[in-house]
Amino acid sequence: MTADAKVTIALEVNGEPAEVAFAPHKTLLEVLREDLNLTGTKHGCELGECGTCTVLLDGTPVLSCLVLGLACAGHKVKTVEGMAQAGRLHPLQETFADLGAAQCGYCTPAFLLAAEALLIANPKPTRDEIKDALAGNLCRCTGYIKIYEAVELAAARMRGEKVEPARETLYGRP
Amino acid sequence: MAGHRVVGKAHRKIDAVAKVTGITKFADDLAFPRMLYGKLLRSSEPHAKIVRVDTSAAERLEGVIAVLTGEDLPIPFGILPVSQDEHALCLDKVRFIGDPVAAVAATSEETATAALDLIKVEYEPLRAIASAEDAVAHPEPRIHDYGDSGNLHKLIDLEFGDVAEGFSDADLVREDLFFFEGNTHLPMEQHAAAAVWSPDGKLTLWSSTQTPHYVHRALAKVLELPPARIRVIATPNGGGFGGKSDPFSHEIVVAKLAMLTGRPVKITLTREEVFYCHRGRHPTLMWVKTGVKKDGAITGMHFRSLLDGGGYGSYGVASTYYTGALQTVTYQVPRYRFQGARAFTNKPPCGPKRGHGTPQPRFALEVHLDKIAEQLKLDPAELRLKTLVPPNSLTANYLRVGSMGLGKCIEKVVEGSGWKQKFHKLPEGRGVGIACSSYISGAGLPIYWNNMPHSGVQLRCDRGGGVTVFCGSTEIGQGSDSVLAYVVAEVLGVDPFEIAVVTADTDLTPVDLGSYSSRVTLMTGNAALQAAERAREILALHAARKLELPGDRLVFADGRVFDAQDPDRGMTFAEAVQLAEAAEGTIGTVGSYTPPRGAGKYRGAGVGPSPAYSYSACVAEVDVDPATGIVRVPTIWIAHDVGRCINAAAVIGQVEGSIYMGLGEALMEEMSYRGDLKVVHKIPSLLEYKSPTTLEMCDVVTYLIEDPDPNGPFGAKEVGQGPLLPVMPAVANAVYDAVGVRVDEVPITPEKVLKALKKKAKGEEGRVGPSTFPQIPWPEPTRVPPPWEGGDGKAAAPAAVMGRQR
Repeated sequence: MTADAKVTIALEVNGEPAEVAFAPHKTLLEVLREDLNLTGTKHGCELGECGTCTVLLDGTPVLSCLVLGLACAGHKVKTVEGMAQAGRLHPLQETFADLGAAQCGYCTPAFLLAAEALLIANPKPTRDEIKDALAGNLCRCTGYIKIYEAVELAAARMRGEKVEPARETLYGRP
Repeated sequence: MAGHRVVGKAHRKIDAVAKVTGITKFADDLAFPRMLYGKLLRSSEPHAKIVRVDTSAAERLEGVIAVLTGEDLPIPFGILPVSQDEHALCLDKVRFIGDPVAAVAATSEETATAALDLIKVEYEPLRAIASAEDAVAHPEPRIHDYGDSGNLHKLIDLEFGDVAEGFSDADLVREDLFFFEGNTHLPMEQHAAAAVWSPDGKLTLWSSTQTPHYVHRALAKVLELPPARIRVIATPNGGGFGGKSDPFSHEIVVAKLAMLTGRPVKITLTREEVFYCHRGRHPTLMWVKTGVKKDGAITGMHFRSLLDGGGYGSYGVASTYYTGALQTVTYQVPRYRFQGARAFTNKPPCGPKRGHGTPQPRFALEVHLDKIAEQLKLDPAELRLKTLVPPNSLTANYLRVGSMGLGKCIEKVVEGSGWKQKFHKLPEGRGVGIACSSYISGAGLPIYWNNMPHSGVQLRCDRGGGVTVFCGSTEIGQGSDSVLAYVVAEVLGVDPFEIAVVTADTDLTPVDLGSYSSRVTLMTGNAALQAAERAREILALHAARKLELPGDRLVFADGRVFDAQDPDRGMTFAEAVQLAEAAEGTIGTVGSYTPPRGAGKYRGAGVGPSPAYSYSACVAEVDVDPATGIVRVPTIWIAHDVGRCINAAAVIGQVEGSIYMGLGEALMEEMSYRGDLKVVHKIPSLLEYKSPTTLEMCDVVTYLIEDPDPNGPFGAKEVGQGPLLPVMPAVANAVYDAVGVRVDEVPITPEKVLKALKKKAKGEEGRVGPSTFPQIPWPEPTRVPPPWEGGDGKAAAPAAVMGRQR
């Protein structure tokens, strides 16, 4: 077998079984983007420094640039493409859109998945817990504040609370 | 605002859903059948002649389809007509570590990377120029064979009134020195470009660029193709901040490789390469001398800047002028002199980063004023309020100020932050600082001289009621696509989310100059407004006829056209389009925008004029640990005069993002190099280049001030850059209030704070910062009498100046 000879693995991607063949040195990031055509997962450094390539592996946020594709055989991978269900946005996607938590949108898939993992583990996180959970993800556009507010709003809605964004969030302080 | 249905409200951006679902296609998300991967070989020498490039081994590697060197692309280019000093691949010499020398296209990224290792470049090293001071001291060896003097690229000397006389009228004259370290944009998306060459002689380039029009021009020039055979499509930028505003080597190389191989080619830069592309904030040494009366009124100001430009011109001539242009638009400066110099050095080229050339002098000016206020025993907020430039006035350097909401901004942050209860009154280690700023809403002149509009829009109304807006503007995350939709929706009374927006495609869209200079909302907004008003006029004519009403009674709202006095009397928007189309044929209009001409007529007057100036005031609270020197910023209060919000939520987003980026510049971000003549970049990675994470980001309290400017669409002014500017000086002033030491340079690192504290403890001046400004061979000043001394905006003839027009 040459270095470029492809290997085939079976895994679950966004809730569906998938088989994919790729060169064995490829990272999960490369397999997702190049072999599964799921380009919603982005890259900012490919060195594990920025968090931009975050996906969920068996529900845990991982840096897909540091995970070998081969290591995912038999595991469950979730990417941003798997968040909306039956054409309906995930509550986090709704609030990220409404509050402007996505500006250029490049780091957004990673933040959404890291936030989803947080809310599954902790449905009512404090602001500091949100900051801790997202500290490994860089965003150069938003200053993170709209991201915190979007996570808090989505968390409240996922708990069944009927809440709208505070006026100050959208219009500033009077 | 009353009467507006769309403008002024908080909306989603029209591309928000695409962004949160991962559907948005960024440049590296593109892939084509038979696509090749391009890679650039970059210089390992900071300054050297290229003796020989041997590509033979690389060409023999299996999977390598093409190899390029400088000789394949010999025509120079550059963003400014006066600085056409770059080659897609270096021809005869390299000017910084990272300068591209050769390129490869191969069937895989791995093969392309392996091929780079097989290219042998023989260099003849030259002495490197490591800093601006080094460039002043060493005119030789010259980095470029052009420029004003030795290794000084640009020298400027402008005097508006007799500054010496201004100083003699003053009660206090103060001089200070400041240094602003260079930093970089760090967009999360690395630059990428893909090119397709079709056998019918047409080239298509997709690129993560803020300025597709300028890339189009550069491609036509270097590739010697008719512009009509080149199509440039700017993909949505994964962050720009100015870093994707130049035409770049990889964009030209990828196009050439596609032409040569007949196959699609893509180049995606690594993060390390993004640091080499740079074009970020110029490291700037500054000296400022100001005369003031006892009440704080300024009698004269003299400002000098020395910019470290890096290896190429880029936007540098404009950047240099910008370090002297906007000092006059916040506080009244009756006499003003500016001397600016830009040096070539053997580092990645500097250019425009958010605030372009103005954050450095704003830092200097606002800290300088803080020191003046202390000497005069005045509250620094009060001092600023007393000296504000009045609205609708002309400054000493002939900038036309329109709406001016800075006073309201200062009052808001003073009140909101509890300034009066905190300033000088917080316990040791805690402090507050205030600073203000202003920024342009687009530049008055285009990059290349012409009389054409800066922004164009085409608008098409479909008989189904759909509206499509075409504009060359580029979405970089700031919401430029959305602004087009909101403005058109407001005028035509349709839902902004039912408007199709086609942007940034030189085959499909009229020229817009690009997403830089905070120009988009004002300029494309005005162009869209004109196109929409023209469409409305056509539709109103036929709807009014049908309804037997005077046209001015018609309201366009909620997808209908109806009688203002009897809303039931009307029709759907689609029916109005159908009536008009039946009568006149296909309904389409155009709109365009050209800024008003500047008032200054002297050489250099082109940089600084803008249709409108935004204003910001900022209070920062800091917590300084005297044991470690670590500065924490719990809260920043910011008030920004945006003229009018088009989308309030997007405005807040720009303000918070600006505060974030300013905080990074204030405390940690720096492009730094090893302190020797190898000029090796210390930190070309996201781990080592420190930028704020969620753990460093402060709380932000935002006040949006709306002082509409008649030049803005619905009164709107810029917001994307201005609110960054006051953060650095506000933090520096707060550190002084907290621990009584002056760090007169950014970033304000723990090391510098500790050093200043130690000096203070020893009884020395508690200050860290530059102590000298080098001797520069300044040219003869261009003397321009200010408006209140009978000036007409033109430079005075030398003889007339001697007699001093008063």
